[in-house]
Parts: sequence; C-alpha cells; structure tokens
Amino acid sequence: MEALDPLLLSRMQFAFVVSFHALFPVFTIGLAAYIAVLEALWYRTDSPVYRRLSEFWIKIFAVVFGMGVVSGVVMSFQFGTNWSEFSFATANFLGPILSYEVLTAFFLEAVFLGILLFGRDRVPRGTHLFAACMVAIGTFISSFWILSANSWMQTPQGFEFRDGIVHVTSWAEAIFNPSLWPRFGHVALASLLTGGFVVAGVSAYFLLRNRAVEMNRKALSMTLWLLLLVAPAQIFMGDIHGLNSFEHQPTKVAAMEGAWETREGAPLYLFAIPDSTAETNHLAVGIPNLASLILTHQWDGEVPGLKEVSAEERPPVGIVFWSFRIMVGIGVLMLLVALWGAWLRMRGRLFESRAFLNTLQLMIPLPFVAVLTGWFVTEIGRQPWLIYGQMTLAEGVTPSLTGWMALATLIGYVLVYAVIFTAGLYYVTRIVRTGPEGVGSVEEPAHAKRPFSAADVPFDDDPDFSTSSR
Amino acid sequence: MDLIDITIIWMGIIGLGVFMYILLDGFDLGVGILYPFTPSEQVRDDLMNTVAPVWDGNETWLILGGAGLLAAFPAVYAIYLPALYLGVFLMLAGLIFRGVAFEFRFKSSRTRWFWNAAFAGGSIVAAAAQGFVVGTYIQGFEVEGFTYVGGPFDWFTPFTVFTAVSLVIGYALLGAAWGVLKTEGATQQWLYRVTPWLIVLLAICLLGISIWTPLTSERILERWQEAWTVLWPLPLLGLLALTACWYGIRRRLEMLPFVAGLGLFVTVYLGLIASQWPYMVPPEITFRDAASAPEAQLFLLLGILFLLPIIVGYTVWTYWIFRGKVGAGGGYH
Repeated sequence: MEALDPLLLSRMQFAFVVSFHALFPVFTIGLAAYIAVLEALWYRTDSPVYRRLSEFWIKIFAVVFGMGVVSGVVMSFQFGTNWSEFSFATANFLGPILSYEVLTAFFLEAVFLGILLFGRDRVPRGTHLFAACMVAIGTFISSFWILSANSWMQTPQGFEFRDGIVHVTSWAEAIFNPSLWPRFGHVALASLLTGGFVVAGVSAYFLLRNRAVEMNRKALSMTLWLLLLVAPAQIFMGDIHGLNSFEHQPTKVAAMEGAWETREGAPLYLFAIPDSTAETNHLAVGIPNLASLILTHQWDGEVPGLKEVSAEERPPVGIVFWSFRIMVGIGVLMLLVALWGAWLRMRGRLFESRAFLNTLQLMIPLPFVAVLTGWFVTEIGRQPWLIYGQMTLAEGVTPSLTGWMALATLIGYVLVYAVIFTAGLYYVTRIVRTGPEGVGSVEEPAHAKRPFSAADVPFDDDPDFSTSSR
Repeated sequence: MDLIDITIIWMGIIGLGVFMYILLDGFDLGVGILYPFTPSEQVRDDLMNTVAPVWDGNETWLILGGAGLLAAFPAVYAIYLPALYLGVFLMLAGLIFRGVAFEFRFKSSRTRWFWNAAFAGGSIVAAAAQGFVVGTYIQGFEVEGFTYVGGPFDWFTPFTVFTAVSLVIGYALLGAAWGVLKTEGATQQWLYRVTPWLIVLLAICLLGISIWTPLTSERILERWQEAWTVLWPLPLLGLLALTACWYGIRRRLEMLPFVAGLGLFVTVYLGLIASQWPYMVPPEITFRDAASAPEAQLFLLLGILFLLPIIVGYTVWTYWIFRGKVGAGGGYH
C-alpha cells in the first residue's frame, strides 16, 4: 500500500467529474420540458408573454446545455483511462448502451437544437414547436440510456460471464433491469424539480425588483403548480425506489438507515454518527419502528443490518447515512415551500409575500445539492462493488495506473472545471441580471447549432454594469 | 452472421469516424495553432469566424469515436487510454479550453487576451496529444493479454515527440488552407504568406517520419519491403498533394490548397493503416482480437445505420449553409 492509492484517487476523480457533469443535464432536462410547454402555450394562445418567457429561458438553456456537452466529453473517456479492466469486461453491454446515449444526444443536438435556438423566425411555428418537444423528449431518452447503464451496475441482469467477459444473454433483461424504472422516475422528477425551482427562484428575483412583472408572475404561477404536483410525487417515487433498493441491495439500505444489527421494528434515526470500526452509532436519536414501517410496511418488520455481510463488503456508512438525510430533508423542504405557495395562492397573496419570494431565491441551489447527495447515496452505497455482487472496484481499476498519475489528473480536472464553471456560472448570472426585458428585440444572425451563440449577452464589456441593474 | 462480416463493417465505421474527425477537427484545431503567429485582432476574428459555426459538430466525431471504440473494439479502448493516460487528459483539457474560448471570446473585450490564449494553447495541446497517439500507434504497446503493462511515459519518446510536432504542423497547414478558402483581404494575404513555410516544414517532417518509422519497428520495415509493389502509390500521391498545395498557394488559387491538404492527410492515413494492418494494438492485437462480441456489434449497428447517415447529412448541410466567405467582422457575435 503506497501513500497514494490509485483506486481511491480514481474513485475521487470519477465522483468529481460525474458529479460536476450531472449538474448540467439534470437542470437542462427539466428546463427543456418547461420550454416545450411554453412553446406549446405560445402556439395555442398567441400570447406573447409565453414567447418572451421561452426566449429568455432558451438563452440560459443554451449556455447550460453547452457546458453539459463540454463536461460530457470527459465522461466518455473516464471509463477507459481509470477503469480499463471494467471497461474491457463490460464492453459488450456498456459499449452499445453508452454509444446509444451519445448518438441520441448528438442526433438531437444536430437536428433539433439548432432549430430551437435559431429557427424561430425561419421555420413555420409548428416546426419550431415540434423541435422544442423533440429536444425535451431527446434529453429524457438520453438520460434513459445512461440510467440503464447505471441501473445495470446496481442490479445486473440478462448477462453471463465467459472468461471474465460479460456476454449479454438478453438485451431486454439487461436494459430493463429491475432498478431501471424506479431510478428513471426518480431522476426524471428530480430534473423537473430542479428546473422548477430554478425558474421559480429566478422569477422571484425579478418580481422582488419589479422587473418584467407580467411575464415573471406568469412563470412563477405556472412553476408553482408544477412543484405542487411534483414535490409530493417525488417523495412517493423515492419511497418506491427505496423499496426497490431494499429488495435488491439490502446492504445499501442498511447503510442509509444506519442499521448495524438485523432487527425487527427498526427505528428511523434522525441523527446519528455511524462508526464503522466500532460497528455502532453514537448519539443516535430515532423514531422507534419507523424504518421497519417504511421499508416493510409492517410495524415490526425485519430490516437486515450491515453485519449481515463482512466488513469488506460494506459501503462507507457515514457518508451514505448523511447524504441520504440531506436529500430527504431537502425533499421535505421542497414540499413545504410548494404547500406554502399553494396557501398563499388561495389567499391571493402569491406575488405580494416578500418572505416567500426571498425563500424561493434562496432555494435555487438546493435541488442541485439534493441531486448530488442522491447520487452519493446510490453510488457510494454500491461500494465495494462496481457491478453489484459481481465485480469489485479493485478488480475494475486500470492496473497500470499509479497513484501520482491519478492525483495529477484529479488536480488537473479540478483546475480546468474551476475555470470553466466560474466562467459559465458568471455568464449565466449575467444573462439573468441583464434580464428578460430586451428579449426578442435582437436580430439573430444565421448561426449553426452552437449552443452558446444563442445567448447574446456580452461577457464583460461594461465594467460598471452591476450598478445599472440595481 | 456468416454471410456478413460484421467486424469488417465496424472496422469501416470506426476507420471512417476517426478519419472524419482528423479531417474536420484538423483544420479547426489548425486555426487555433496559427493564433500565436497572427498579426492582428482582425485576422484572429476572421480565422475564428471560419470555424465557429462548425467546430462543435466536428468534435462530435471524437466522442462518437470514443463510445464506438468501447462498443466495437473494447481492447483498443481499454489499452490506448491507460497507455496514453496523461496525454488523454491534456487533450481533453485542451479541447475544453478552446471550446469555451469559442463561446466567450466574441462576447468579451477586457478579458479577450485570456480567451485568445486559451484558444491557442488548447488547440496546440490537443493537436500535440493526438500526434502522440499516432506516434504510439506506430511504436506499439506493451501488453499482457488485453491489459496495458507499460509505463506512464512510454508514449513520450523522441519519436512520438516528432510525430506530435508533425501533426501540429500538419493541422496548422490544414487550418491555413481552410482559411485561404474562407477569408478575403488582409487575412487571406497573410495566410498566403505563411502557408509556404508550413508546407516546407511539413515536407521535412513527413520525410523524417518515413525514415524514422522503419527504424522504430522491424515489422513495419518488413511490411514495406514485402508490399512496396502495392504501397508505392501512397508516398507518390502524398508528394503530388504537397506539390499541388504549393502550386495552389503560388498561383493564389483558393480551393486547391485545401483540397490538396485533405488529399495529403488521406494518403498519410492510408499509409499508416497499411503499415500496421491487421494490427489495431501493435504489435500483438489484431482488429479481430480487439473486437467485441458479435451480438454487441450487431445491436449497436442497427442504431448506427439509422443515425449515422442523418449525422453525416446534417454535417454536409451545415457546411453548405455556411459556404462562401466569412464577412469581415460580421455574421458572428
């Protein structure tokens, strides 16, 4: 064991690049759906407010989508550079699946994104609406493929090993493996929540400053209806997904619940400090029997504990336990905010309550945190397995990889992404601050499909810009 | 699947994909490589405008190639990437920086110097990294079974440094010839002046590689000695292409230098493959050994056959839409 462990560093690197990348699609999937709805309403009602909203959000969509593509390039090489044994062993399944993901994404980008971003005044309105719908559907299909690959690693099926190589025996069983649909539903709703809370938060930002009031009221009102539906649906979906994991990956669920011993009537811990060496929790505060009730739907149902498997086969408990609680906490908070909005709406004070609008502004980063912690739960909870029950991380890592190489590239990616992310985030905030007022007045030159060029806000021209937007 | 050899079909698809990438991204990396030598901001604007509408479509082929290799020839994917570990990182970092520079350079004024540097640096680093891949492919890989067992810097030898420099110059030539085709006025005049230097440098590099390659690999030397009766047209065509490029520049023709540049890349590419055929991971693994299971190749082929023509068609259409000269300073913000 050298000082720098290539396996640990590779895990950190993958976690970093995939987490960073995931932020963009999870937002663009939700936003694409919202844009498609706006376009449909514009098509149906001819009310310019929908068109202007759509044009404003398309600008933001363009930049975030572009950053998603840029960070996605790295992902298609990560498997080979750091997990070559895993790539080689699973290529017969993961190769085609990941290729379909890429093909879907590019097919979509090539054909429909260009029309959506630049074709508004060049193609018939019906065609433009169709393109918006195709982009929305395409992002979902793209995520379907990637989640199929991920679900297969969690609940592998429809394959056999021959000479250490995965051979697919049934494509249908492998693609539609047991955890695919719960996971897909959970992620799809997460995308809608993310898109919804960002739109609501940005609309609240404008309303607090009395800017473009009519259209932002419209956006806020629409979005809060969506959140009122999706926030409870997501809690329900999370439960389904949790039960699915409980059935197929009991050790992961045991880590989520901080359950060391197998017991009947297991408590739901609200707070605990899991200790992997002592195999116990410190300072545990729990609600008796609740974990059993949730997982088995019986007051004293049996919940298997971490001690069912040897210490080597357990995930790091603390991080899974706490990531899960943060995710659930944010989910509950989202539900409360959605209910608050409904209550204000009933009393006709939806746009007057400054406290509510301020809260919505502050909510903007939370769905992203929830998405990341959710991924931590499912991915770290899979440890030490790469393919659950079939192949460990240590078996999948690139043998020729040394610790310092993995460290050098980890630092490198962190630096590269820091620059890109800062520039991108800064630019998105500039688009927002520039605001929706000027939307639709710009004459677009004939562009190809380059996403960013749909945004025409300058990057830095005006040093005293920040004062003019107050 | 006795009737149709699916692995051969995939060999064709991957071969085409890699080649499409080299051609398309070649000239647009080349434009970035020329950046440090440009005389004015106007030239830099014009050059970037020539590739701005098409660059990310060009890079599509790289990602498609990566995923396609994993699906169809996993051994290549699982050996090349670990072997060229640090080079791959540099390439990706370079591509990211130049990609973002495309977007922000036109929108910035005070920070424009930074995006210029990011565009130039990213392009040069990415092109050099690809040159290291080519050099390593000629050199061969140290493998046991299907696992890379060489060192972290096996890809960094005098020979591969030479191929890296050569590819950077080669891309620069493509970029310059593309620029000649797409620009007018001062920018085009400047390109007419620098291109001959690039042709001379590239000729020297190609000569160097032709002498050095058989010295690096016993097997390639034997191949050349055995098959020279079949292979002799390739270097001749390469020489013809270089001459045509030179002639086109001298006579101030616009189309010929670029077409000749593409022709040169075709001959070099075919020459490389012919030298190593049937090995995909020299010196041990042939394309048959490297292939994935037939059912995996078939499963993806169905989607590829449907989508690839659309992506190719779209690519052609984009170039058609943006045919002609870039307007000075206009058409892009």
